[in-house]
Amino acid sequence: MRNWIEKQRYIIDFTISSLLRRKVKNFGLLALYTLIVFILASTMFFTYAIKKEASLILKGAPEIVVQKIVAGRHDLFPASYIETIKSIRGVASVESRLWGYYYDSLVSANYTLLTPPSSDAAKPSAKTTVVESESGGQSARPLYELNGAVLEPGTLIIGNGVARLRNIGKDDYMPFRAFDGKVMNFRIAGVLSSQSELVSSDLMLITGEDFRKLFGIDQSHVTDLTVAVNNPSEVEMVASKIKKHLPDARPIIRDEILRTYDSIFNWRGGMMIVIFSAAVLAFVIFAWDKASGLSAGERREIGILKAVGWETSDVIQMKFWEGAVVSLTAFFSGVILAYVHVFFTGSIVFEPALKGWSSLYPNFELTPFVNLEQLTTLFFLTVVPYTVATIVPIWRAATIDPDSAMRFTGE
Amino acid sequence: MRNSSLFFLYLSTGVFFLGLLLMHASFSAKAQQESLEEKSALVKALQLTDLCLFTEARYTRHLSQADLNTAFQDHPLSLEHFPSGSFTQPPERIIDRP
Repeated sequence: MRNWIEKQRYIIDFTISSLLRRKVKNFGLLALYTLIVFILASTMFFTYAIKKEASLILKGAPEIVVQKIVAGRHDLFPASYIETIKSIRGVASVESRLWGYYYDSLVSANYTLLTPPSSDAAKPSAKTTVVESESGGQSARPLYELNGAVLEPGTLIIGNGVARLRNIGKDDYMPFRAFDGKVMNFRIAGVLSSQSELVSSDLMLITGEDFRKLFGIDQSHVTDLTVAVNNPSEVEMVASKIKKHLPDARPIIRDEILRTYDSIFNWRGGMMIVIFSAAVLAFVIFAWDKASGLSAGERREIGILKAVGWETSDVIQMKFWEGAVVSLTAFFSGVILAYVHVFFTGSIVFEPALKGWSSLYPNFELTPFVNLEQLTTLFFLTVVPYTVATIVPIWRAATIDPDSAMRFTGE
Repeated sequence: MRNSSLFFLYLSTGVFFLGLLLMHASFSAKAQQESLEEKSALVKALQLTDLCLFTEARYTRHLSQADLNTAFQDHPLSLEHFPSGSFTQPPERIIDRP
């Protein structure tokens, strides 16, 4: 065993010296390989972390949201429908929601204006949802309350992204142009915690009264409804009953919301795979060419090795170690860099693509959900194919006669 | 030092750092539990339905609430033009359609 280990070490010594003799070519390959692993690992870490975080955060989403659809588009929901839905068996409660978008031309950003559900304001369960004071400290007061100031007509509680973008804070004023052209000024009563930016960056909490004044929505309409169901296993049944009673309604159940975020950033689907497969294909061609198309120097090297007594199996072992040295070095560097990129630098490489046309983008730190399964998948996707691609073509070269290998140099 | 020793030293360092990263991931996930609960509580208290990931258009801001014909809603021949559109897949009912 000891002899075998010593032999392998000599082969590795020789392999690394041989790689270092062709520095530019091999370092180029290593850099490209590391980059591929880095991109693949970053994508995998990012998508898994965001999907996992979404599933944990959105488990508190409403069981059923009911929209009204007119001519294929989301329309205002008549308040008179509420009683119809309440009368459906299995429905525990129905709550109306008022929410919409406001485009701020000053900073070219879209805000989401939302009226907090009145009944929840007093719920003790909301105590963990805190708003942040301007100095950044967190108060332990319930939601909609900051230093004694509650959300009242003429005030707003804004998301941290809005505060950052507009450079405003508590007690500043923010003007809005209402539906009739009148200007409405709102005082900022508080800023939502920066910790919650992933869900609240562009949010603006506003009273129902102000929301209706701003958008000209009368009391007989709301934006949509949320429905709570007595028995969680009956959610789909209740949703289908809603659809039956109100054919112009569109119920969206929590599972659909969760599934939306499960399919988001799917690196095995959509445009991601098209872009990524092109990069991987380019690398495969490069690696195959490098591994199979032996240069004259390499061919002569094999010839000399065989002439001085190396066996075919030794040459193949040497090539195995060559593949292993390159691929393992690239794997470890790529994975470590990807982790730092995604969880320490906020995915700086992906940022321009993720931001897209948004001028308001949340600053959020992803919780690093990484497991051994991901690392194993990465290993088998990157290290194994390259190592195999290096060995298979070398079999042919290693079995040729040393004399002809040395003669066929092409030089 | 022999090349093979350097290589195995590098491998050991790589494995060590990967182990550290896994430990970091595990500890961070525990440490950020409170922050996750805060976000979940906010979602529950405000009855939110979506993550604030893409604010560029109404149907990318609230992906789960978007119209059924979202990708072509601007005009009949309009293809999806926002970069975020390429990160999401069509709904299952469209993928699974026979």
